[in-house]
Amino acid sequence: MSSENLSDTQMEYEDEKQDSQEKNTNLVKGEEVKLKAKYPGLGQKPGGSDFLMKRLQKGQKYFDSGDYNMAKAKMKNKQLPVAGPDKNLVTGDHIPTPQDLPQRRSSLVTSKLAG
Amino acid sequence: MAGAGGGGNDVQWCFSQVKGAIDDDVAEADIISTVEFNHSGELLATGDKGGRVVIFQQELESKNQPQCRGEYNVYSTFQSHEPEFDYLKSLEIEEKINKIRWLPQKNAAQFLLSTNDKTIKLWKISERDKRPEGYNLKEEDGRYRDPTTVTTLRVPVFHPMDLMVEASPRRVFANAHTYHINSISVNSDCETYLSADDLRINLWNLEITDRSFNIVDIKPANMEELTEVITAAEFHPNQCNTFVYSSSKGTIRLCDMRASALCDQHSKLFEEPEDPSNRSFFSEIISSISDVKFSHSGRYMMTRDYLTVKIWDLNMESRPVETYQVHEYLRSKLCSLYENDCIFDKFECCWNGNDSVVMTGSYNNFFRMFDRGYRQDVTLEASRESSKPRSVLKPRKVCTGGKRKKDEISVDSLDFNKKILHTAWHPQDNIIAVATTNNLYIFQDRLTSIQ
Repeated sequence: MSSENLSDTQMEYEDEKQDSQEKNTNLVKGEEVKLKAKYPGLGQKPGGSDFLMKRLQKGQKYFDSGDYNMAKAKMKNKQLPVAGPDKNLVTGDHIPTPQDLPQRRSSLVTSKLAG
Repeated sequence: MAGAGGGGNDVQWCFSQVKGAIDDDVAEADIISTVEFNHSGELLATGDKGGRVVIFQQELESKNQPQCRGEYNVYSTFQSHEPEFDYLKSLEIEEKINKIRWLPQKNAAQFLLSTNDKTIKLWKISERDKRPEGYNLKEEDGRYRDPTTVTTLRVPVFHPMDLMVEASPRRVFANAHTYHINSISVNSDCETYLSADDLRINLWNLEITDRSFNIVDIKPANMEELTEVITAAEFHPNQCNTFVYSSSKGTIRLCDMRASALCDQHSKLFEEPEDPSNRSFFSEIISSISDVKFSHSGRYMMTRDYLTVKIWDLNMESRPVETYQVHEYLRSKLCSLYENDCIFDKFECCWNGNDSVVMTGSYNNFFRMFDRGYRQDVTLEASRESSKPRSVLKPRKVCTGGKRKKDEISVDSLDFNKKILHTAWHPQDNIIAVATTNNLYIFQDRLTSIQ
């Protein structure tokens, strides 16, 4: 094989690689445009920080006794407010009741993998 | 068309077994969260979201019958972790088992480490196949005898009994992690192990539970300056002073514990330079490394990010030596994958016994194998449809656009709820364990007459 042929094939391969990389970039940029159209406020902060903070705070369940007592005082004469659609979110004026809290799962059941 | 398996065109993968319930209604507790073979491959452990560990054992008889090597049956099952609530921090702690790592076997018993977000436990799994009978002071049912009624003495003897496998927690390593533990790794010295959370890595001695050494701390003084987290960490397979950790920014740092007590300064930094023209909102998210694994030889390491698997030579930090596209067709779906959170899925990867093939999971219950030597790759599917004993798995293909050929599946038809995040490869043999959401599939290669 002559060295000329070798470099031709190599150049072709590099061209193809560049083409497909450009195509990939265009695909991804297209997706970015779609996302920004749906959520205009997105990306003001770098894409990392928001989701990093969310990741670090996984499992956090907030309960403020001050809020709770204020709400209880306010609600003295009225009905207790009904839980919102997200039962796991118990903050502010909403007074948590045992029914609102996520159920502790029973851990006594044997895994189905062992069945 | 055959599959990849380290033997070029020779290897064909066959269904061996599937564990778990068939029904589509999956309870959250049954979601498999980790799969790991032990060092001999005789035992296979799984952990789930409900905090339970199930250990399977390879059938002794079938080890010598090549057709049924991949037969594993339940050996032991136990509740490793329970859900907890940290009242001081108002933090709910899941019982989900994030990782299981086996210790090399030193005596008759087996040991493994299992961890949830906050606590690591060392479990001893031992067999009991005989029991002592004929005590002088105890009845057979355990009640104590009145010593004054004993008139003769006898020597208790061991009698065989049905095999009982017992799991007992021998150590509990708690209260050392403020953030969520993502990795544990046993050192080759068999005395220490590391545990890594989002911002810190700790070094433990297996015997000591009330103390651990912090060896990496990337927490910034001001949390608003936080730009990256630790995503995985592993000890080198034979150099007990070396470990690596990967980050959410796509970098891997190699650290040498001989250099200093706190390894915040890396010895090597592995990072592939990014073409600035390729940068997008998604760049950092899809470059986040979800798994890092050393090769058995210790010469290479493999990283998995959202779209690729990369092989790095430890001697070269500037770029990976091999890059494999797992599911590049997802580039045109990144917007919806961001919206449904799938872009944050953490896929794992694994090496085969002689480091010639690597494997990782994808969506639609597909998993991929890349043969490094023969430069072949294959897509296979873990499904009930191809679950007839010893039936050969047919390679699958995703078509990206234009004409869809028969037997191909289009990108839009992929089921993104069926994800294979966890796979494991037997350390010596071509037997693999693939976890779908709540089922564990075991496949083995069909030995051909041509070796």
